[in-house]
Amino acid sequence: MIELKNIQKSFGDKPVIKDVSATMKAGQCNLIIGSSGSGKTVLMKCMVGLFEPDGGQVLYDGKDFFSLNLDEKKEIRKEIGMLFQGSALFDSQTVQQNVMFPLDMFTNDSHATKLKRANEVLDRVNLKDANKKFPAELSGGMKKRVALARAIVLNPKYLFCDEPNSGLDPLTSMVIDKLIQEITKEYNITTVVNTHDMNSLMEIGDYILYMHQGNKEWEGSNKEIIFSKNERLNEFIFASEFLKDAKEMRMLEETGKLPDEIREKPAE
Amino acid sequence: MFRGMFARPENGKMYWKEFMHQCNDIGIGSLGIVTIISVFIGAVSTIQTAYQLVSPLLPKTIIAQIVRDTVILEFAPTLTCIVLAGVIGSKIASELGNMRVSEQIDALEIMGINTKAYLIAPKIVAGVLMIPLLIIISMTLGIWGGRLAGVAAGILSGETYDRGLLDGFKAYNVFFALAKSFVFAFIICSIPAFYGYYVKGGALEIGRSSTKAVVVSCVLLLIADYVLSALLL
Ligand SMILES: Nc1ncnc2c1ncn2[C@@H]1O[C@H](COP(=O)(O)OP(=O)(O)O)[C@@H](O)[C@H]1O
Ligand SMILES: [Mg+2]
Repeated sequence: MIELKNIQKSFGDKPVIKDVSATMKAGQCNLIIGSSGSGKTVLMKCMVGLFEPDGGQVLYDGKDFFSLNLDEKKEIRKEIGMLFQGSALFDSQTVQQNVMFPLDMFTNDSHATKLKRANEVLDRVNLKDANKKFPAELSGGMKKRVALARAIVLNPKYLFCDEPNSGLDPLTSMVIDKLIQEITKEYNITTVVNTHDMNSLMEIGDYILYMHQGNKEWEGSNKEIIFSKNERLNEFIFASEFLKDAKEMRMLEETGKLPDEIREKPAE
Repeated sequence: MFRGMFARPENGKMYWKEFMHQCNDIGIGSLGIVTIISVFIGAVSTIQTAYQLVSPLLPKTIIAQIVRDTVILEFAPTLTCIVLAGVIGSKIASELGNMRVSEQIDALEIMGINTKAYLIAPKIVAGVLMIPLLIIISMTLGIWGGRLAGVAAGILSGETYDRGLLDGFKAYNVFFALAKSFVFAFIICSIPAFYGYYVKGGALEIGRSSTKAVVVSCVLLLIADYVLSALLL
């Protein structure tokens, strides 16, 4: 479980995160959503300590991350896996070396054991026969999958994914979402995902935190989000007409009632 | 930057691997250019010295002496290091800059790795070890290049040149050159590492910072050269 308490962060005199608190539970996908520039990445980087917040606390299962010393921080970091927006693969290393890197660094297993584990996770992300390729030879989706494999190779307790499916086709996005969801449930990971992809939101959003200009504007689950009365949130998620239809269908499915506008339409 | 750089490694083996990798990159990687520069510098020194020494009263062996001393004292360490600042410096700055900009440094940091220790220390240690070796090679090749040119141009015979080399040879000069090259090596590796590690922005800034890193290292190199010469000679 990760708890955020009154996180604040400014760059210069420009506040980017304004007093955000949230509780992100283990075994579920915790989504941070919001339009571009709303502060999702900055919030996530504050959570993992790549940025030091100006105020507030980040608690990892009760431990206040920023009050720990370097060694204690390292201990928590070893339990963190992170998938960066741009994948952040080491481009001088092959796929296999990338995935094995955390194992090489933090375990004393034999090469064969490490290789087996690396192949396991690569298999898990549906990447076979790419072991000897370099990141430059991979497509965006493959890079993301390699990065995800690298993030989960040490069985992290906390998984952070910054826009795991931006720039991917819908099918690959879905595969990645499913995968993140599966491993989250399977290993009881506290997963935090930044996204503005509506599919993932509906698909995997056990907990959703909606950010608007650095503020927490709304929080709830994917079950609740479609009933939300928050104007800004509605504007954000139902930016596309198609999703409005989806919302209505979902409401119909779940409540047996249609929103007013639809009820007025003549029945077939 | 140096704070936190010499922390206990997370895994000695990986640091060793990175160190060997850097030794290979810096040492073997620059061998070609060092060879070319040194041979030509030596050759040109011989020809120019012979051209300037028109007096028939002076023995020809003096040419070899002058070439030997200028190569050892100045040309091999300083000139080679200036070129190396370009070759190695820009490589270090752009490599680290790229890692910074593409969040690879952040990725290492998240894994719980001390990135300063893992990325910068092996480069500096490898540089401080390999660059003086390169300088020794450069001195040897420079002197050999001088002989080659001297003989080829009919300025003096190989034996005369060799005799000249042994005349008034001071081991202190070699020591001085090595002392210089240690300092230069440190500058060549640490300044670009600093510029690369702290890059902000995108691809454009990587280029800009590596240019800046090379310029700054070259200037510092020349200043250090002056200071060391004033102090040690
Ligand atoms: N390192 C930084 N320095 C200054 N400003 C930054 C930095 N990183 C992000 N910002 C600013 O913070 C705001 C939020 O950015 P970000 O969290 O990346 O948005 P997103 O929700 O799209 O991930 C943006 O206005 C951005 O300009
Ligand atoms: Mg972002």
